[in-house]
Amino acid sequence: MTPRTKGTAAIVGPGNIGTDLMFKLMRRSEVLEPRWMIGVDPASDGLRRAASLGLEASHEGVDWLLAQDELPDVVFECTSAKAHEANAPKYAEAGVLAVDLTPAAVGPYLCPPVNLDFTLDAPNVNMITCGGQATTPIVAAVSSVVEVPYAEIVASISSKSAGPGTRANIDEFTETTSQALEVVGGAKKGKAIIILNPVEPPLMMRNTVFCAIPQEAAEAGELNDQLRESIAAMVERVQEYVPGYHLRAEPQFDEARDLWHGMARVTVPIEVKGRGDYLPDYAGNLDIITAAAARVGDMMVAHRLGVDSGWVPADDAGDAAPLEAPPSHLGERSQDARHQEVSA
Amino acid sequence: MTEQTSMTHPIPEFSGGVDVRLTDTTLRDGSHAMSHQFTEEQVRTTVRALDQAGVQVIEVTHGDGLGGSSFNYGFSAVDEMSLIKAARAEAEQAKIAVLMLPGLGRVEDLHQARDNGADIARIATHCTEADVSIQHFGAARELGMETVGFLMLSHMIGPDELAKQARIMVDAGCQCVYVVDSAGALILEDVSDRVEALVSEIGQHAQVGYHGHQNMSFGVANSVLAYRAGAKQIDGSLCALGAGAGNSPTEVLAVAFERLGISTGVDAGGILGAAQDVVRPYIRRLPWMDRSSITQGYAGVYSSFLIHAERAAERYDVPAHEILAKVGEYGYVGGQEDMIIDVALEIQKARELDLGDLPALGASL
Repeated sequence: MTPRTKGTAAIVGPGNIGTDLMFKLMRRSEVLEPRWMIGVDPASDGLRRAASLGLEASHEGVDWLLAQDELPDVVFECTSAKAHEANAPKYAEAGVLAVDLTPAAVGPYLCPPVNLDFTLDAPNVNMITCGGQATTPIVAAVSSVVEVPYAEIVASISSKSAGPGTRANIDEFTETTSQALEVVGGAKKGKAIIILNPVEPPLMMRNTVFCAIPQEAAEAGELNDQLRESIAAMVERVQEYVPGYHLRAEPQFDEARDLWHGMARVTVPIEVKGRGDYLPDYAGNLDIITAAAARVGDMMVAHRLGVDSGWVPADDAGDAAPLEAPPSHLGERSQDARHQEVSA
Repeated sequence: MTEQTSMTHPIPEFSGGVDVRLTDTTLRDGSHAMSHQFTEEQVRTTVRALDQAGVQVIEVTHGDGLGGSSFNYGFSAVDEMSLIKAARAEAEQAKIAVLMLPGLGRVEDLHQARDNGADIARIATHCTEADVSIQHFGAARELGMETVGFLMLSHMIGPDELAKQARIMVDAGCQCVYVVDSAGALILEDVSDRVEALVSEIGQHAQVGYHGHQNMSFGVANSVLAYRAGAKQIDGSLCALGAGAGNSPTEVLAVAFERLGISTGVDAGGILGAAQDVVRPYIRRLPWMDRSSITQGYAGVYSSFLIHAERAAERYDVPAHEILAKVGEYGYVGGQEDMIIDVALEIQKARELDLGDLPALGASL
């Protein structure tokens, strides 16, 4: 038997996130083939869509998937925190890698531009939350220069891009994101806030990162320059796989105030424009977590198979196909389009 | 429908058989006007005065609800749990309420508030997003707390749509849904139409309430119309202490309802004393209808954005009322205080460009 060079993936949870992820894997992954879409509702639009694109779609849940003769190399969990807590031991027993896009946090938190190299051997990794993917890199950039006793983030997403899973999981979102600001971001204490905004046309995903910093770092000088450079470099690293990630304005520095319990602060306003793989470009919150998950799943499986993890970079992948239509450029990618190893 | 009925938890009769129950939010909405610097002593004296005047519900929390102490909304001088505990210790007949906004406050905060003596959980969402509160109502009912739902910025959607959102809260365990005029943007029938729609949708299973702001001076008049349309719970603040131009003043609500022959159980002399002698002396900034707060009412902007807009105005040297008008134009909702910085920077940039263009136009500076 010749060694395999490609792996297979199952997506569990055919909602907004699962569907966006399916498109990303089909369009941009060289290593992974999305072969199964798993749900629990026979009337699911997401299952129907996946089936029409050639995936094997089942509403009989994870137990059905794990009873098949051929198992996926990796499962992407796009359900809810509670569902993943129940499913995770089953994946582990079956020897299937798990990339968890819920806030369950069974496995270690993972944010590609910050801590990718440490977790490639982990059987289960957690993608934090969309807000966590957007903000922990900035907190990490700040905490690599100065001590951050407290970091706070506000994630505003359009109501349309928040599916039932996100809505039912809102406490888990704030909990998991807060912890990731500490564990991955390097803040002593983290706090996360999420806001849903229904305005039409929908708002782009917006995140504000506030970090408490020493007074000296808020004043013009060497430390302040280092902070600005560190933040700018981190933005570029995120842009490698989420091209719509950018600062709305330069970082804002404020000197220490009594009302802030004597802390000085830096404020970093981030906007994430989505790729439109499934929902329109306002849904940057989907893009940032599915792009991270797809990349991580690719690398984990490539690592397991001992092959290079090819990844079609943003600029070379062409424009997204319209909603519902199968991606027209599938299978047309030349070897030239293969991307170099992720440099994280 | 029988299934829905079995899931609801009607509120027991108000004590004293009052027609309408007043909830005083001086120590919660008033926290905005105090920049969240309430001391334990201020909380104790205020609760004592309200309790003795016969107010049946007293809300005590950071202005943005449990967990609100933050860069984005302002840090509390004293931990809200200590303030809730102090309030509980002072109140003899009044229930202590706490506010929470899902996405900011968490179920865990509710547990802590309950441990410190809170009786009522008031759970607030933007008026179109009621379904994010389901887990919190469930938790509040499990904790044995009375529940209230807040549909914030209720002016942004019509009566029928609002009633559907109220139904989501009631099915989740909410006992009274409020039409919350967070921007002080509703005028007269705007309120009674909404209250009527809610009463017609949820009236068999839950009560309806009204929370008014004074940005266009309609807080008390709207409250009377809300009562006539079927509202059973009405919010106010002593001396109007609250976000924006302040809330419907509790002392005015009490005497106005008395003049109309509507019983609230609140003693007029007692509540006037509470406002004048207890609260007025510690207020550093009396809420007022000025250019910025009237702009909020007119443009439909969340009232607590006011002080943040004033601070950004000072920091970036742009007018606060211009920031607020833009915030209204962009449709930002409660909790998005961070956007004020964005907007201030945008106005600042536009102004710099304007100045830069003047020489090009031949102007002599």
